[in-house]
Amino acid sequence: MSHDNMTIHLRVWRQSGPNAKGNFEQYTLDTVNPHMSFLEMLDVLNERLTKEGQVPVEFDHDCREGICGSCGVVINGTAHGPQQRTASCQLHMRHYKDGDAITIEPWRAKAFPIVRDLVVDRTAFDRIQEAGGYVSVKTGSAPDAHAVPIGKEVADEAFDYAACIGCGACVAACPNASASLFTAAKISQLALLPQGQPERKRRVVAMVDQMKVEGFGDCSNHGECEAVCPKGISIAGIAKMRREYFKAILTGK
Amino acid sequence: MSQVSESKILKFYRSQTGRKFITGVTGIGLMGFLVVHLAGNLGFFIGGDAVNAYTAKLHSLGPLVLIVEIGLIAIVLFHAILGISIAQEKKRARPEGYALHVSGGAPSRMSPASKSMIWTGIVLLLFIVLHVWQFRFGPHYDTMLPGGVEPVRDMYKVVVDVFADPVWVAIYMGVMVLLGFHLRHGFWSAFQSIGAMSSRLSNTMYAAALVFAVLIALGFFVLPLYLHMVH
Ligand code: HEM
Ligand code: FES
Repeated sequence: MSHDNMTIHLRVWRQSGPNAKGNFEQYTLDTVNPHMSFLEMLDVLNERLTKEGQVPVEFDHDCREGICGSCGVVINGTAHGPQQRTASCQLHMRHYKDGDAITIEPWRAKAFPIVRDLVVDRTAFDRIQEAGGYVSVKTGSAPDAHAVPIGKEVADEAFDYAACIGCGACVAACPNASASLFTAAKISQLALLPQGQPERKRRVVAMVDQMKVEGFGDCSNHGECEAVCPKGISIAGIAKMRREYFKAILTGK
Repeated sequence: MSQVSESKILKFYRSQTGRKFITGVTGIGLMGFLVVHLAGNLGFFIGGDAVNAYTAKLHSLGPLVLIVEIGLIAIVLFHAILGISIAQEKKRARPEGYALHVSGGAPSRMSPASKSMIWTGIVLLLFIVLHVWQFRFGPHYDTMLPGGVEPVRDMYKVVVDVFADPVWVAIYMGVMVLLGFHLRHGFWSAFQSIGAMSSRLSNTMYAAALVFAVLIALGFFVLPLYLHMVH
């Protein structure tokens, strides 16, 4: 096992505020350990910047274990970097070699305005979710797990869609900045389950309409979203969303 | 009875899923037309009488031809308007681009074909106008079919005359390559757009798209060259 430190040349997008003009800054780190995660490498950079009296690079993170969805950045042109089914926080520096150059950019979409440096405002996703991505139920005590029987295949499929962590990589990677994969995952998950049925038609129409209101682009079926999704959510969900929408309009909501 | 009101149709037309649905349906319609058109072209490999008999037969259908023609124009217009609008929306949705944009790899379907749909589409639009003007509204020569009583339009001669010029042969062949690209992504994409796709079908349909694109494009590609060489 190699413990040798690597030298990594970073090119990081710096932008001091939402309306400020941003630019790339170059930094060279010569103490990058291959066992570090990508975010730990940024921590090392920030520690140095802080010591030097400079402003550290702002980046979003919380769980650092691939479940909260806050850490996404575009790494050398690919959302969440080169390793599939891996959020930026779970990417490790062992995938790079001594002397590598890495360009880090924020998600870019009109609907995801830059807050600062690599941090973008993803509340557009929250508003899509609020438009219908829920089930209205009386909240009493939790029902027994077997109170509503659901077939194994259906439960599995719904779970695959439920795995979406709302990180926004689908939007970031989409040449059209479309939010279709995120929205489709939420719609498909609930459309598959019995709890989702009462609001099924109203939900798909409201959520699809909200994507447009937020300023996301149309989907051209490039499928780039599925490739970068840390949970590997399938674009079959987007086909399902379109079926659901068509049925909802046809049969009235 | 379901009530699909006018406002609902408009809502569907304006929604992001509805727009794709219509792009897909019109795309499938145009692909269907291409298959029929290619089958009709086979006459050119038999000879002038076969072609002229076929076009005479078509035009004997009278108003039906006109209805189909108007329908095709409407389909092309809807398809083109939505396609162009989708491409414009895409620019608006990401005003500032990336310094680097690198594909995440399979299962992505992003390809030179998928990225150039708007450009291959615009060339196809210009080509369709040119093509209809050159042939449908081209010169009119009379000819007699064997055993015929009334003269019919000599469509064969119109086509052969155009392809006597190597420049036209080259233009047509070039556009057919672009058509192949449009169909390589379009065939698969259309079924995804109308929701007729599942994880299981996806790979098969994507492979079928390649076969369809090559066969259709090649079918149209060889004819101008063939006519140029035999005459
Ligand atoms: C023979 C003529 C044509 C055929 C067979 C054809 C076929 C198709 C098909 C099957 C699709 C996939 C639909 C989808 O993604 O849902 C497509 C997409 C597209 N077509 Fe065409 N098309 C033709 C002409 C045109 C023309 C004249 C334009 C004019 C601009 C055009 C522009 C586009 C665009 C931009 C897309 C991609 C839409 C998107 O990004 O979502 N096409 N076409
Ligand atoms: S920090 Fe939570 S997913 Fe990366």
